Amino acid sequence: MSSVPVDNSRRRFLTVSTCVVGGVGAIGAAVPFVASWNPSAKAKAAGADVEVDISKLEPGQMMRVEWRSKPVWIVRRTQELLDSLASVEDQLSDPESLEEQQPAFAQNRHRSLKPEYLVLVGVCTHLGCSPQHLKDGAFEEFVEGVPEGFFCPCHGSKFDMAGRVFQSVPAPLNLVVPPYQYVDDTTLIIGSEGEAA
Amino acid sequence: MWQNLLNWIEYRIPMMRVANMHALQYPAPKNMNFWYVFGFLATIVLVNQIVTGIWLTMNFEPSAERAFASVEYIMRDVDYGWLLRYMHSTGASAFFIVVYMHMFRGMIYGSYQKPRELIWVFGMCIYLALMAEAFMGYVLPWGQMSYWGAQVIVSLFGAIPVIGPDLVVWIQGDYVISGATLNRFFALHVIALPLVIVILVFLHIVALHEVGSNNPDGIDVKKPKGSLSEDEKTKYTIHEYYTSKYDIVDDVVPFFPHIVLKDLVAFCFFLAGFSYVMFFNPEMGGYFLERPNFEIANPLKTPEHIFPVWYFTPFYAILKAVPDKLFGVIAMFAAIIMLFLLPWLDRSKVRSWRYRSGLHKWNLIVFAIVFIFLGYLGGTPQENWKITASQYATVMYFGFFVALFLYSKHEKTKPLPARVTK
Repeated sequence: MSSVPVDNSRRRFLTVSTCVVGGVGAIGAAVPFVASWNPSAKAKAAGADVEVDISKLEPGQMMRVEWRSKPVWIVRRTQELLDSLASVEDQLSDPESLEEQQPAFAQNRHRSLKPEYLVLVGVCTHLGCSPQHLKDGAFEEFVEGVPEGFFCPCHGSKFDMAGRVFQSVPAPLNLVVPPYQYVDDTTLIIGSEGEAA
Repeated sequence: MWQNLLNWIEYRIPMMRVANMHALQYPAPKNMNFWYVFGFLATIVLVNQIVTGIWLTMNFEPSAERAFASVEYIMRDVDYGWLLRYMHSTGASAFFIVVYMHMFRGMIYGSYQKPRELIWVFGMCIYLALMAEAFMGYVLPWGQMSYWGAQVIVSLFGAIPVIGPDLVVWIQGDYVISGATLNRFFALHVIALPLVIVILVFLHIVALHEVGSNNPDGIDVKKPKGSLSEDEKTKYTIHEYYTSKYDIVDDVVPFFPHIVLKDLVAFCFFLAGFSYVMFFNPEMGGYFLERPNFEIANPLKTPEHIFPVWYFTPFYAILKAVPDKLFGVIAMFAAIIMLFLLPWLDRSKVRSWRYRSGLHKWNLIVFAIVFIFLGYLGGTPQENWKITASQYATVMYFGFFVALFLYSKHEKTKPLPARVTK
């Protein structure tokens, strides 16, 4: 071996350049394999916007619709309930919605476009279970003095009637507010924000 | 004629050489006790899973629309379909039982210590691959627990800062767990991961046979070449691959037939338990097959309680014990990484707990109890006292490794015997 004349710098150049070119090729070849795991065109289409008629929703009622296979809650809150939102704020983790769990238009106390209507993705921010809507005092079992809220049966996370998470529960963040807009007073589109909003 | 055929083959592929090296003339310590049967049993279960798995794929349809119904079809309409499915589902739990026993054997007899670190690391890789395999397999019937279990596990990746949410969509192939997720999990479950597991098992055994099997005394049964008199050497024919490098003490027997026959006795007992579960109690009280899974997946309805199958519950308890998502996930993965690091955390030169301090024995026993207790906490409905209990248990789980690292350096050990004991 050592008796064979070797041009080491030439050999090193060839080794390195072969590795680089081969490496680029390997990365390029990996692209289709990685990218094929992305949502398909069909899945993207199925994730399109949903139109909801909220004209039949009475004050205090909640309705569920499906958007991207997730439950979306629409709650028509009473004025009394809206007034009570401020009173629990010292028990909340993120009362001012500083974490980006909502479109910019919902970064307020009531976390919605119109105060009356609350729109939330009904999936717990802990591990993806769907919390229960407890009202008429049923929530008091979990938070004293608060008659209404959302309780996750999986790991005990608690949220107020603006989807804001209580302290000392497993869920780290407030419930997600999906992007949505009003077409008219009684029709919502979930999935996109309006230009003007 | 027969010999001629064997010679013809041997000239072209080293069939007899491999059989001799790894079975007929492989030196196995003669004092291996019942703890040493679980490697063999794990191999048997692996074969069972592969064979029954192939047969199940003949009737299973990996789509969100058809998966649940095709499992019902296998159970009701396919001849012996129920048996094949229960062999597969019971095999999954049996796999973890024997693997946990196999791992604990390694821990009490110090089988992970130098020079067997890589055997342990390959073993841990098998364990990880097995967890992924079991998780994806559990998603396939597309029942409620399949769906919501997948939801919980996949959302763990969402805790990773910055890339988390995009990573979850990429893994799911959709904005939610969907048929796309089911299909890819099917592909990984039936081809990718089994391939990885088989290759890892091969490496595990190659590494084992290179350094030789440990034994309950944790002492070497091979000595430097030339250090033993003819009288002290084993009388059995041992393959020259081993005898050319070492003198083998008269404390070994050939793996085949001696150890294999013993393993087969254990296999009979194992088969009795396995058959009981398979024929009379395939759900095992809701632990092997969870009841919510007899209902088809419904993305809009969360089951009242979500538990992973029993073999994941210790880690699930650790995840739930930490009141922060990201740190919970980190703690859970750290719990597994600690096991990987065991060969380097244990600084003792003595392997077997037979000759180590009382502290070490207690540490191991407490660790086993804590692990089982965590499994209980992670597999039963959430209650207030359980949060505190799982936090203490999590601290104790990690405490095992910290304590081991601290005391093992200057541990007071007993003198090792010159030869293996009974």
